Amino acid sequence: MIKSAVVVFPGINRERDMARALRLVSGRAPAMVWHADTALPAGTDLVVIPGGFSYGDYLRCGAIAARAPIMEAVRTHAGRGGLLLGVCNGFQILCEAGLLPGVLMRNTALKFVCRDVYLRIERSDTPFTRGYNAGQVIRVPVAHGEGNYIADDATIARLEGEGRVLFRYAAPDGELQPSWNVNGSTNAIAGVLNERGNVLGLMPHPENHVEAALGPTDGRGLFAGLVDHFKQAA
Amino acid sequence: MAKTPAKGPPRARTKPPAWPAKPKAAKREKITPELIAAHGLTNEEYQRILALIGRAPSITELGIFSAMWNEHCSYKSSKIHLRMLPTKAPWVIQGPGENAGVIDIGDGLAVVFKMESHNHPSYIEPYQGAATGVGGILRDVFTMGARPIACLNALSFGAPAHPQTRHLLAGVVAGIGGYGNSFGVPTVGGLVRFHTRYDGNCLVNAMAVGLAPRDKIFYAAASGVGMPIVYLGSKTGRDGIHGATMASAEFGEDTEEKRPTVQVGDPFAEKLLLEACLEIMGKDCVIAIQDMGAAGLTCSAVEMGAKGGLGVTLDLDAVPCRESGMSAYEMMLSESQERMLMVLKPEKEREAEAVFKKWGLDFAVVGKTTPSKRFVVRHGGKVVADLPIKELGDEAPVYDRPHVDTSKKPVLTIADVAPPVATADALLRLIGSPDLCSRRWVWEQYDHVILGNTVQRPGGDAAVVRINDGPKALALTTDVTPRYCEADPFEGGKQAVAEAWRNLTAVGARPLALTDNLNFGNPERADIMGQLVGAIHGIAEACEALDFPVVSGNVSLYNETNGRAILPTPTIGGVGLIDDFSKSTTLAFKRKNEAILLIGETAGWLGQSLYLREICEREDGAPPPVDLAAERSNGDFVRALIAEGIASAVHDVSDGGLLPAIAEMAMASGIGAELNRPPLAAHAFWFGEDQGRYLLTVEAGVAETVLARARAAGVPARQIGLTGGDALTLEGERPILVAKLRERFEGWLPAYVAGAAP
Repeated sequence: MIKSAVVVFPGINRERDMARALRLVSGRAPAMVWHADTALPAGTDLVVIPGGFSYGDYLRCGAIAARAPIMEAVRTHAGRGGLLLGVCNGFQILCEAGLLPGVLMRNTALKFVCRDVYLRIERSDTPFTRGYNAGQVIRVPVAHGEGNYIADDATIARLEGEGRVLFRYAAPDGELQPSWNVNGSTNAIAGVLNERGNVLGLMPHPENHVEAALGPTDGRGLFAGLVDHFKQAA
Repeated sequence: MAKTPAKGPPRARTKPPAWPAKPKAAKREKITPELIAAHGLTNEEYQRILALIGRAPSITELGIFSAMWNEHCSYKSSKIHLRMLPTKAPWVIQGPGENAGVIDIGDGLAVVFKMESHNHPSYIEPYQGAATGVGGILRDVFTMGARPIACLNALSFGAPAHPQTRHLLAGVVAGIGGYGNSFGVPTVGGLVRFHTRYDGNCLVNAMAVGLAPRDKIFYAAASGVGMPIVYLGSKTGRDGIHGATMASAEFGEDTEEKRPTVQVGDPFAEKLLLEACLEIMGKDCVIAIQDMGAAGLTCSAVEMGAKGGLGVTLDLDAVPCRESGMSAYEMMLSESQERMLMVLKPEKEREAEAVFKKWGLDFAVVGKTTPSKRFVVRHGGKVVADLPIKELGDEAPVYDRPHVDTSKKPVLTIADVAPPVATADALLRLIGSPDLCSRRWVWEQYDHVILGNTVQRPGGDAAVVRINDGPKALALTTDVTPRYCEADPFEGGKQAVAEAWRNLTAVGARPLALTDNLNFGNPERADIMGQLVGAIHGIAEACEALDFPVVSGNVSLYNETNGRAILPTPTIGGVGLIDDFSKSTTLAFKRKNEAILLIGETAGWLGQSLYLREICEREDGAPPPVDLAAERSNGDFVRALIAEGIASAVHDVSDGGLLPAIAEMAMASGIGAELNRPPLAAHAFWFGEDQGRYLLTVEAGVAETVLARARAAGVPARQIGLTGGDALTLEGERPILVAKLRERFEGWLPAYVAGAAP
């Protein structure tokens, strides 16, 4: 059974959502790891940095968290090939920590937006997206004011060329249209993978769409895929 | 041309100029009539102070009195009337008088909730005014040991064409979202309305709801003599001084100068405070706890002592300050946010300290409880205040202000109102009007999904939030119809409660209790006072009849500018319980060929209706009367159908009347309706705002059974149509495409904020 750890910084506020999703889909509650700790629990398979406003978004979103004591252990884990997932503020923290390229800027409409979006899955051959089919469109909520993914042209070209864009904001039929790009991200990028393929950052919240009783369950696939990945590896 | 003086080159300044000016030395400042008036105290109130303490007050003491005795903190104009509100029920654990109300929802859980107004600060500085309103109400809830699980609000702005409205709307919504989203609580419901009477005074009523173990509720009353009083949270600064006093007065020409009286919020600091407080409460470290809100340190310290029958001595030298040279006066009155005052168990102090350090919070022992029943404040080695602690609150003036009832308006009959346009045109205009159009632009700025328990998102009759892993859920709503209250405060007060009750019922909940925000003009005017008294009477009658007590609330008076008062706005925040959230209903039509049933009597009441105002351009007539017995029996009938899974869609009928309600059910689903010929004049039937009504859909095959059941229960019910198609089709009218309705519905607000002429 997959062993996951959810890292909590002061101001993170979606750790319960994430813990519940992991518990429901993987069958095991994650360890909750405090930012001031210097080690992850032994045998951690998956580290997740959830959403929120860590350190009040002071300075820049994720800037302070990226330099917290626990991040060294997180880097080591990723350096060994361990899986690392950053959602929303978690994505921002991974970018600030240099574990992912690019930066998340203010939404082009300059407002916080909370609504369901449609994401096109670009590849299904990664641990994070094996629970989906390539080209599939899933519906998950976003809730952010700074989700506009920006990187220089060379970086974007590299990401695209290497197939490291895993999710894009799309219309319900999968077509890319500006009106469906909720925050103005370059190339409608909603989530990117690192070079090695073990670190994913995405802005939308799959953890909020995992319970049939509450609505769509399109978010389950991300977690179910990870569970499968570790079952296979075991 | 001026001669340049023959001097050397100017000397560089070695230090920046000091600002603000150093406070006056702590010697006794002369109390002049101007100073008394500047503190919001009348001469009679000042005489009362002299009689109480037997001498002239120090400037710090004057500040303390001005804070404790202003309208916002003392309720001096409303207290005697608020006594008539029903506050008890078997499920009520704590009624009004504490930081928030507490109700028992079974399974060892309690719900803690309250609504507070932050009207005056929001007008002056919309973002921070609204943000700190949210911060304040969240603290009121978690100071009692409850983790906040949802927020709602009720906002009133001036006419769309008024030059301030866009700015206030944008700022207030951004502020509410900015605070709530960062703190980490879903904002799941609310209301927004526009009317010219709010041109000079917007209303921001913020509601918070939290969950706590029913046997671990924390109160403010200190206990034990010689106990250290601990200050926790953000440092004290000069923001918000006289905030409460400012909220107790009208606006005039000098409103801009009041900007320093608006508090500044930091939701991150509040989040740390929340976690630290819940952690020390969980570790059983807390004896008493009170958040510092209106009148800051003054109000919280006095209440803590007075409620516990103890005296309190404060040492201001120990208060963490973020500005140097703060005077005792400033420290006592500062409304700096995100601060708590508490009495800890002495044997648990070390443990509590470790928690504060973990969360990076400032804390200090700033005083102690004493047996003396005095409120003593020391600063710089001197005693700057020494007042009788219980009397500070108890001897606050209580006024029985003269009041004059609003004269009754004539009842408008159908014959009095000729329909100026076709039904279809009226509907399209109404559905795209400021009061009925979609508020999506507002609630998409609020994180309404966080915590993963939102069963029903904004846009329906009530928000539904699951409790832990279920199956129980809470239904939450805010509502009031101010134009009804203006026309008849008593009926309007009744209607506000009845509608909140209906909203909760429509999603399948059993309404349990409510919180109220009574927003009115200047109570020193007999007509305004009459509105307040009338509304309270109406609220009381409805609460009684519906077993729906008031457990907390707030009164905001002096909502006037240059003598023009707001519409009387008694906002009701309702909470109900759903036993199984999977059975709760939404208003969207579910499938075609279902029977649309109308529950409740329709006479076609057009008086004070939106149709009358928007289409006929009249704001007159008596408002629709509320028959509380019928509300009860109709609602109970609908709730039973929902519990049995018979009703597939349910919507309560309110603003705009029947046809807009049907349109809402169609737009939410994309499914249209074929509507039968109305039993009375079309415009009266489709747009009258008769009360006590619900729309629901059932399988066509069971419609007759349900109608028979209604008849047997004495509940008026009739089938008015069938779902299906892509339009609303009415006999003798052109069909109204659902897509067209949606265009109007979703279009008005985004276009307005983007600058389109309203």
